[in-house]
Amino acid sequence: MNLTLKIWRQAGPNDKGGLHTYQVADISADMSFLEMLDVLNEQLNEKGEEPVAFDSDCREGICGMCSLMINGEAHGPEVTTTCQLHMRSFKDGDTITIEPWRAEPFPVVKDLIVDRSAFDRIIQSGGFISANTGSAPEANSVPAPRDKAMRAFNVATCIGCGACVAACPNGSASLFVGAKITHLGELPQGQPERWSRVVDMVGQHDHEGFGGCTNIGECAAACPKEIPLDVISQLNKDLRTALKNGH
Amino acid sequence: MAVSGLLFIGFVLGHMYGNLKAFAGEESFNEYAHHLRVLGEPMLPYSGFLWIMRVGLILALIAHVASAVILARRAAKARPVKYAVKKNNGSSISSRTMRWGGVTLLVFIVWHLLNFTIVKINPSNGDTGGDNPYHLVVDTFDTWWMTVIYLLAMVALGLHLHHGTFSSLQTLGLTGSAVSRARARAAGWVVAIVVAGGFSLVPLFVLVGIIEK
Ligand code: HEM
Ligand code: SF4
Ligand code: FES
Repeated sequence: MNLTLKIWRQAGPNDKGGLHTYQVADISADMSFLEMLDVLNEQLNEKGEEPVAFDSDCREGICGMCSLMINGEAHGPEVTTTCQLHMRSFKDGDTITIEPWRAEPFPVVKDLIVDRSAFDRIIQSGGFISANTGSAPEANSVPAPRDKAMRAFNVATCIGCGACVAACPNGSASLFVGAKITHLGELPQGQPERWSRVVDMVGQHDHEGFGGCTNIGECAAACPKEIPLDVISQLNKDLRTALKNGH
Repeated sequence: MAVSGLLFIGFVLGHMYGNLKAFAGEESFNEYAHHLRVLGEPMLPYSGFLWIMRVGLILALIAHVASAVILARRAAKARPVKYAVKKNNGSSISSRTMRWGGVTLLVFIVWHLLNFTIVKINPSNGDTGGDNPYHLVVDTFDTWWMTVIYLLAMVALGLHLHHGTFSSLQTLGLTGSAVSRARARAAGWVVAIVVAGGFSLVPLFVLVGIIEK
């Protein structure tokens, strides 16, 4: 298939940037979206032009490194990551607009690459448990109720990609923070730091400059791991309990 | 935001119920308005109850608008560069119109209070109705464009309540599962339809001449 690409090009953090139009030809429907961009970059290299910078790592949907706002949708039209999005989701002759995640706490590094270390700092502020290191404990020594373990496991699939922030009209990272709060808060190992964790992580979230949640729901629709909106409710509930108890 | 919003939901439900007294006739409607003023007497002075409600509503309004302004500012700061293309996949129209819808309601409330409480503007014959709010209501909604203004305001109110009801429950942490979330969404529909629909009945029935002086 032949495609017209409108891609955000920005030489560096302080460059103004803008959309540039490119043509790619003979794209196979079996290629992933990133492979299609690889084809474009080979063309650009041959012409001696600067290739388009974009993020990727595992290319199997587990690391959360790839991003891209594709035709106004985070990770494109399917419920998956950009690396797992295939060109069969597009038609011959399509025009595809590709932009970086847009959020003040995710500054553009170059072209389509944004700096997501704000998420790392949120995790550092409380997204951990303290445990003694040494040999692994006996697996069944800390029983976890099945429903709680399942919920924790489901939300632990968050890969920290930032699509929720990119899709949210408020630029809020509440789905990401809610996923971490729920993941650790449902398990026995997460209890000792449960209340300070929620206060610290929300504090860091706000400090980074993410917006406030108004429960619009674009985040959950954009999440490649289908983290449900109820983690934000859990976040609010834990925060209320923590503040009530003086944390 | 959530707490003040829930207070408003309680208020509009009560207010709507009061308005429906218009169907029971002039005497019943005016009796209700009078009752609101003497409620709690002699423990409270005349209009005491009404003033407690008014002060409560004003405080709630200040809290509500202040939180809205803070959230809007944070959102604007969090996304200084807009997308060239952006799709909405998971959100209701009501959730995306809360800010402008809220401003619309604020303008409506100012007009509404001038209309019925502070100045008592009677658009048909200038008669303020004196102690007869029923006459003022009928005269107002006999004017077709007043009915249109009120009906449009009720559309805005219905939208605001549709998302607001769900959102307040979510913010209070009461929607921790898929089932409770679906219930909160349903509650949004019920509150929106009951309140906006209930408020709309009186203006409509006045306009078509079923409620009359
Ligand atoms: C079709 C819809 C509505 C009708 C027909 C209506 C009618 C009235 C009437 C007749 C009064 C005066 C009552 C009296 O003098 O005792 C009144 C007062 C008031 N209404 Fe409404 N109303 C409507 C919708 C609303 C809405 C949506 C709100 C707010 C969200 C609202 C807020 C108020 C307030 C704050 C007062 C003043 C209460 C006071 O301090 O005396 N109304 N309304
Ligand atoms: S919640 Fe979903 S969209 Fe947000 S960072 Fe985690 S995986 Fe990505
Ligand atoms: S590159 Fe790892 S999730 Fe896409």
